[in-house]
Amino acid sequence: MASASSSLLTKMPTPSNTTISFSASLSPALPLFPSQFYLRRHRRTGNALRVQSKIREIFMPALSSTMTEGKIVSWIKSEGDLLSKGESVVVVESDKADMDVETFYDGILAAIVVPEGESAPVGAPIGLLAETEDEIAEAKAKAASAGGSAPAPAAATPAVSPSPPVPAPAASAPPPPLPADGPRKTVATPFAKKLAKQHKVDISKVVGTGPFGRVTPGDIEAAAGIVPTKPKVAAPAVAAQPAPIAAAAPPKAASAPSTPALPGSTVVPFTTMQAAVSKNMLESLSVPSFRVGYPIATDALDALYEKVKPKGVTMTALLAKAAAMALAQHPVVNASCKDGRSFTYNDNINIAVAVAINGGLITPVLQDADKLDLYLLSQKWKELVEKARAKQLQPNEYNSGTFTLSNLGMFGVDRFDAILPPGQGAIMAVGASKPTVVADKDGFFSVKNKMLVNVTADHRIVYGADLAAFLKTFSKIIENPESLTM
Amino acid sequence: MQASLSLSVSNPAAIPRSSHGFESSIPFPSKPVNLRFCGLRREALGFSSASTYPLSTSRSSRSVARSNKVSASLGSANGSSSAPKSFDYDLIIIGAGVGGHGAALHAVEKGLKTAIVEGDVVGGTCVNRGCVPSKALLAVSGRMRELQNEHHLKALGLQVSAAGYDRQGVADHANNLAMKIRGNLTNSMKALGVDILTGFGAVLGPQKVKVGKDTVVTAKDIIIATGSVPFVPKGIEVDGKTVITSDHALKLEFVPDWIAIVGSGYIGLEFSDVYTALGSEVTFVEALDQLMPGFDPEIGKLAQRVLINPRKIDYHTGVFATKITPAKDGKPVTIELIDAKTKEPKETLEVDAALIATGRAPFTNGLGLENINVATQRGFIPVDERMRVIDSNGDLVPHLFCIGDANGKMMLAHAASAQGISVVEQLTGRDHVLNHLSIPAACFTHPEISMVGLTEPQAREKAELEGFEVAVAKTSFKANTKALAENEGEGLAKLIYRPDNGEILGVHIFGLHAADLIHEASNAIALGTRIQDLKLAVHAHPTLSEVLDELFKSAKVNAHVGRSPVAEPVAV
Repeated sequence: MASASSSLLTKMPTPSNTTISFSASLSPALPLFPSQFYLRRHRRTGNALRVQSKIREIFMPALSSTMTEGKIVSWIKSEGDLLSKGESVVVVESDKADMDVETFYDGILAAIVVPEGESAPVGAPIGLLAETEDEIAEAKAKAASAGGSAPAPAAATPAVSPSPPVPAPAASAPPPPLPADGPRKTVATPFAKKLAKQHKVDISKVVGTGPFGRVTPGDIEAAAGIVPTKPKVAAPAVAAQPAPIAAAAPPKAASAPSTPALPGSTVVPFTTMQAAVSKNMLESLSVPSFRVGYPIATDALDALYEKVKPKGVTMTALLAKAAAMALAQHPVVNASCKDGRSFTYNDNINIAVAVAINGGLITPVLQDADKLDLYLLSQKWKELVEKARAKQLQPNEYNSGTFTLSNLGMFGVDRFDAILPPGQGAIMAVGASKPTVVADKDGFFSVKNKMLVNVTADHRIVYGADLAAFLKTFSKIIENPESLTM
Repeated sequence: MQASLSLSVSNPAAIPRSSHGFESSIPFPSKPVNLRFCGLRREALGFSSASTYPLSTSRSSRSVARSNKVSASLGSANGSSSAPKSFDYDLIIIGAGVGGHGAALHAVEKGLKTAIVEGDVVGGTCVNRGCVPSKALLAVSGRMRELQNEHHLKALGLQVSAAGYDRQGVADHANNLAMKIRGNLTNSMKALGVDILTGFGAVLGPQKVKVGKDTVVTAKDIIIATGSVPFVPKGIEVDGKTVITSDHALKLEFVPDWIAIVGSGYIGLEFSDVYTALGSEVTFVEALDQLMPGFDPEIGKLAQRVLINPRKIDYHTGVFATKITPAKDGKPVTIELIDAKTKEPKETLEVDAALIATGRAPFTNGLGLENINVATQRGFIPVDERMRVIDSNGDLVPHLFCIGDANGKMMLAHAASAQGISVVEQLTGRDHVLNHLSIPAACFTHPEISMVGLTEPQAREKAELEGFEVAVAKTSFKANTKALAENEGEGLAKLIYRPDNGEILGVHIFGLHAADLIHEASNAIALGTRIQDLKLAVHAHPTLSEVLDELFKSAKVNAHVGRSPVAEPVAV
C-alpha cells in the first residue's frame, strides 16, 4: 500500500484545467440501497479540449429506511489508496450496527471529506474518488473548496496551495533521489507504517534507527515532528524503570513543542522581549519558592491617595514606597540567593514594578525607593513608564531591582500569585481593595476596604517567619500611611 | 487449529461422576439410533465409589452393536496376534489428553475397567501446550489492554497510571495454571480408579497394546487419542528461540519487538492478541487471500476491523513463507515470501521472531498401525462417524477407535472429549453418533469470537443442494445494556437458520464474552430445539445473554410452523 501511494505521489499531476469548479449537488432523496456507495459522475464539457473529469463523489448511504444521517466509524482506506470494485472503503454506523460500505468503481480515494467520528446527512458527499492519479489534485482542490460547508477537510488538505495543487504536502518535492548506495530496502515496523500513513510521512526518506536499521514508530514521529504522546507503551523496560522516563520527559517537552499544532492555528515567534520573559520564567523553576498572603485594610491609604493624587502621586508610587520602607526593616526579604550557598544582602532597595507593554512585560526599577520621597518617586515612575513605552530603558533601569511589585488590583483581580524573577528574593502581588465586612474585638461590625497581598519568596533565604514579619510591617505602614509622606 | 479452543477443565476431581449403571443394561436396538449427546460434563447425581466400581456389568449386551463388516476384517489380522480370550481391561485409551481423559471418566462412570497410556505428561496439548496456558496469557493481555486503553478508562471515569508487566511473572502464571490443571486431571482419574500406565503406547494387534518397551496389555476395546503436534511446513527452520511454534511461545521466554505470525487462524490470532498487548508489533503472513479464513466472512471482517486494523499489526495475504531462517550471526529472522498463486518471489521480511501457527499435524507415528493394516491419510487415522477405525481395505477394525486430533474430524479439545464419550456410549450399549455441527468453537481474543454450526456461505451451499431457504438474523452488542455498561458495545451476533421450520444452522458471535455465550446456541442445535421455542425462553436482565435472546426473537420463522412437540408440560 505504501509503495502504491508513494509512487503515485512522486508523479507530478498534470493539472489540465482546474478552473471549472464543481458544485456538489445534493441528491434530494435516495432509495434504500444498503452497503453501496452512491457515486455520481461529473462530466465536464465546458472546455474546448473536452477533458473528462472522472471524479466521483462518495455519498453517505442510507443503510436503513429510518436513517437520516450516519456517522463515519472509520475509513478503511486512506487518501491515495487504490480501490477496486467491491472493496470495503468506509464503515458507517447506522442505528443498529456498523456497516461496511463498498465501492462500485475502481479508482483512487482522492479525498476524505468527512473524517472519522463525524456525521453527515444521508446523501451528503463524504469522500471523493478519482479515476486516475492525475485527478487526485483536482479532487483535493474540490474537497478544499467544498470545505466551507462540509465539516472539516482539514486533515485532508493541511497545506493546499491555490495553484497548481499538489497531491499531498509531502509530494511537493521532486521524486526523492534514491540513496547512493544502490537499492537499499527500507524496513519499517507495522506500527511505523501505520504512523507514516497517518502523518503522511514518506518512509523511504526516513532514516531508521531501530535494530538492523529498521524504521521504528519513533523515527516516524520524529520525522513528523511529534513528541510521542504516550512514551509508556507496555514495554517491560518501562515498568522496570519508570523514574528515568519521568525525569527525561520535561526537558524534552521544554525543548520542543509538545503537541502538534491544531489545524487552523497560527504560529507567531516570540519577540526579543517575550523570549526574555520566557527564559526568566523557566529559570524560576529551579528556585524553591513559596507564598504567603496577607489581608490589609486600605481605608487610610485610600484617603491619603485621594489627598495626594492631585499632586501627581500614583498608587504605584505609594505601594513602592511602602514596600521599600518595610524592606528597610527586613533586609533579608531584600536579599537574594545567587549561588545556592549564601545570602547576598543588597545595600540599595530597588523596587521593580511589573508593567505590561505592547504584548510584552517589563519591570522598570525605582532605585533607592526607600530614600526618595513620594513626589520624586511618582515623577521618576512617570519617566520610567514613558521610556519603557519608547523602548528606551537602559539596562540598569529594568534589571537592577531587588524586590518586585506586581499590581493587578486596578483590573479587579482580588488575589493572585507571582513568579519570582531570577536574582531576587521576593515578589509582591497586590490585589484589588474591596469593601469587606469586619468584626472588631468588641463585636461591632463595620465595612472596611481590604486588599490581599501575596508575596512569593525564595525559601532558601527567606523563611515563612521572615515573610510574615515583613508583611506585618508592610500592613502597618499601609494602615497608617502618614509615614509615607514624611 | 489445536486447542486454543478450550475445554475448561474446572477441577474435575471435585465432581464425582454419577454412575448410571442401569443405562447400560437396557437392551440395545440393533438399528442405530442417533441419540444426540449434549453437554460434556454432568453434575454429580450420586457418588461412585472410587475403589469399588463394578466390573463391566453389561458386556453381553454390547456385542449386538457390532456390524457384520467386523468379522471380515478380523481375518485379515496376522495369525500371531490373534485376539486374546480374557482381558486385562475393558478399555485402554492411548493418550491422556483432554479426549482420553473425557473418555476415561465416562468409561468409569459406565462401569468399565479402564487404563490410560501416556508417554509424555497427562493433559496432552490442551493442558500443557495449548488452550490452558494460552488462556493464562490471554487473561494477562486482556487486562493489559484494559489498563492501556486510556480512552476507555476515561469513559468509565477511571484513572490508571502507566501499566507494566513482568515477563517472568506472566510466564509463571501460564506455567502454574498448566501444572494445576494437569494435577487436577491426574487426580480425577486416579480417584476414579483409572490406571495410568506410563510409557509410549502402540497397537500390537487386535485388542493388544504395548506400553513402553515390553509391557503388553490386553483390552476388550482400544481408543487411540494421541492428538497432534504443531505443523511446521518445510523450509522453515524452528530453533525454539527466534523461530518458534506455539509450544515455545506459551513459555513466553521473550517478548520480541516485532514478531511475524505465519497463519492467521485461531492460534495466530490469539497470539497476536497476547503479543500486541505486551508491546510487540505483529506482521501476519497468510497464504489465503483473506485473514482469518474459516470464520464466517462477516464476522471475520468485523474482527479484522477491531482486532487487526487499530492494533500495531500489518499483514501479507496470499503469500507462502517458503523459507524462514532464525536469527543468527547478528542477522535478524528472515522470511522469504512467494505469491501463493504465481509462486513468484515477492519479498523478504526481516523481523525479530517468527511464530509458526500454520495448524497442527496428527501425532500418529510409531503407533503400530501397520500391525492392524491401517494406513494414515496425511497422518490422520481414518474413522467412520462412530470413530471406528477404518483399515486400508476400507473395512472397520474391530474394537479399535480413534478420537480427537488424531482423526482430524474436528481438532478441538472438547470435540475429542465428546467423541470419547460417544465411543464409550457405544461400548456400553447405547449407539451414539456425535453431531459435530453442535460442537462450538471459540477464539479467545479481546473481544472473543465464537461459533457453532455452519457459516453463511456453507449454509447457502447446503440450502442450494437440498433445496431449502436460508435466512440470517443479526443483533448488535450496541443495543445490549450490559455490554454498554461495560463500555464494550463493539460486537455482533449472527444467526443462520431455516425460516421454514425454525432450525438453527449456525450461530456466530463476535463480542464481549462470546465464548461463553455460544452454548445456548450449541445446546439448541444438539437438542434440536427450534427457534420458535427459543423465542419463548426467558433471559435475565440485564445480561449479555440477551444478545442471543434478541437474536432468536428477531428471526422470522414462517407462521404456520407450530411449536415443536419437544416442549413438555412442566409443573409450576
